[in-house]
Amino acid sequence: MALWAANGLLSGTLVPGVQISPYFLQVLCLAGINIILAVSLNLINGFTGQFSIGHAGFMAIGAYASAYVTVTFGDKIRAALAFLPQGGRDGALLLAGLAVGGALAAIAGFLVGVPSLRLRGDYLAIVTLGFGEIIRVFILNIDAVGGARGFTGISKLANFFWIYLFAAITILVVSRIVRSSFGRTLIAIREDEIAAEAMGVDTTRSKVISFIVSSALAGIAGGLFGHYLMYLHTNSFTFIKSIEIIIMIVIGGLGSITGSVLGAVLYIGLTEGLREFAQYRMVLFSFLLVVLMIVRPQGILGHREFLTLLPKRWRLGVDAPPAGG
Amino acid sequence: MALLELSGVTMRFGGLIAVNDVSFQVEPGQLYGLIGPNGAGKTTVFNVITGVYTPTQGVIRLEGESIGGKRTGRITRHGVARTFQNIRLFSDMTVVENVKVAFHCRQAAHLGAAMLRTKTHAAEEDRVDRESRELLKIFHLDRLAEEKARNLPYGSQRRLEIARAMATSPRLLLLDEPAAGMNPQEANELMDLIRWIRDQYGMAILLVEHNMKVVMGICETVHVLDYGSTIAVGPPAKIQKDPKVIEAYLGGA
Repeated sequence: MALWAANGLLSGTLVPGVQISPYFLQVLCLAGINIILAVSLNLINGFTGQFSIGHAGFMAIGAYASAYVTVTFGDKIRAALAFLPQGGRDGALLLAGLAVGGALAAIAGFLVGVPSLRLRGDYLAIVTLGFGEIIRVFILNIDAVGGARGFTGISKLANFFWIYLFAAITILVVSRIVRSSFGRTLIAIREDEIAAEAMGVDTTRSKVISFIVSSALAGIAGGLFGHYLMYLHTNSFTFIKSIEIIIMIVIGGLGSITGSVLGAVLYIGLTEGLREFAQYRMVLFSFLLVVLMIVRPQGILGHREFLTLLPKRWRLGVDAPPAGG
Repeated sequence: MALLELSGVTMRFGGLIAVNDVSFQVEPGQLYGLIGPNGAGKTTVFNVITGVYTPTQGVIRLEGESIGGKRTGRITRHGVARTFQNIRLFSDMTVVENVKVAFHCRQAAHLGAAMLRTKTHAAEEDRVDRESRELLKIFHLDRLAEEKARNLPYGSQRRLEIARAMATSPRLLLLDEPAAGMNPQEANELMDLIRWIRDQYGMAILLVEHNMKVVMGICETVHVLDYGSTIAVGPPAKIQKDPKVIEAYLGGA
């Protein structure tokens, strides 16, 4: 019950008594979705070292699948849950949509990952780019989800609370994976795939699992995106979107979870914050990126986690990150 | 039964015959040396045994079971571990984590358990951590456990590679030029270490090495390759006097 109370509270105001502008709230919510996308992509690009440029495709699958579920079966699920308060019904409906969206994105991740993860480096990047576009064009041609007109009539089920709940879950899941023995195999693959295989690591299995988890989380981010903006169009999921997510993790540091969070927030903060420069906005943004890459090519945090930068006495009980740092 | 048996193994790359009809057997606990001039096919033999290449012809058996063409990871889990001629450590991971990765192949790791941080998972992690550190102690690397592998001096990197290979608990250890780049004292220590590993764990060791002092000092049998073919097999004392071997190394008179 406390959950629903917090939910209601957060959908209107962040802190009791302090009203924030709808614009700022929307930027915060989109930042939260970016965090999920960046942290999940970092699992495959940063920790496993497999350069994928198809993240937007999996996000699209999650977005469309979950929206299809809530639009088509929304009334039935709501009727079946009539005993719950409004917030509870909406929440349950959203969770059902996200579960289907995440699961379908995971299946797509498996189907794309098995053939393409045999490739390395540039080849993998091109193949994932191709698959991402195939997914987008495929969805564009499904009339049941609006086709080229876009998918309308989606209820606003996602809000600040849900987005940040899933952002927190994503961070937890990814950080536990990379700190586990399985996560060590992922980092070993990034460091030297031939040596990892020679040490008995089933590199294909590790890479595919990492890809599936990453895709599922991207699907959830897509589901939240659709239920927040209440409208979906495949133009939101072009490879430009994938590149944006890559920029976020490169800014923050490949192989750093806190870096990805920082990168996601900085990305939207900069692109929005530079709006007053009107037509020079993207010029300035690109200039800042170039400067950052010259000054800190490894990203702001590199392989480190934010907490490890603090003096030791401030971080009692915090595990050292797996990549050393 | 021999631990490792190669019979008639040939490896062709297009028109190049890198390994030509090579046969030999390694018994459990044996120290077997593989030598030959540059380009003789020694590393290719290693790559064929560890599944990096599928042999064009011939059979490779590990305790009677054919392993030719199996994936490297599976062969490692069957009990064959190796080091690399050009060191291949996980350079951005710490020393202890390099070893822990190799333990993974005998570790029951479940993703779900890792995410939920179950007690069995934590206990398993503790065990791997303890055993990894014990192994590092043997190789005098315990003080460097938290150091990144890339920051280690060259000799320590070589030892770490052997330690990492040992962590997979192999029955056959393949060492590809372990003494390369070592000074005479380091090479001597390495010889003691290799002998000690064999005596302590009873594993067979197949060694590729250019340092003749090391090869002749520790190997019981030496196998000489030249242009992919076997030119001599026997105990070190006999090999050193073999005219064919002398010719291969020094050129014909």
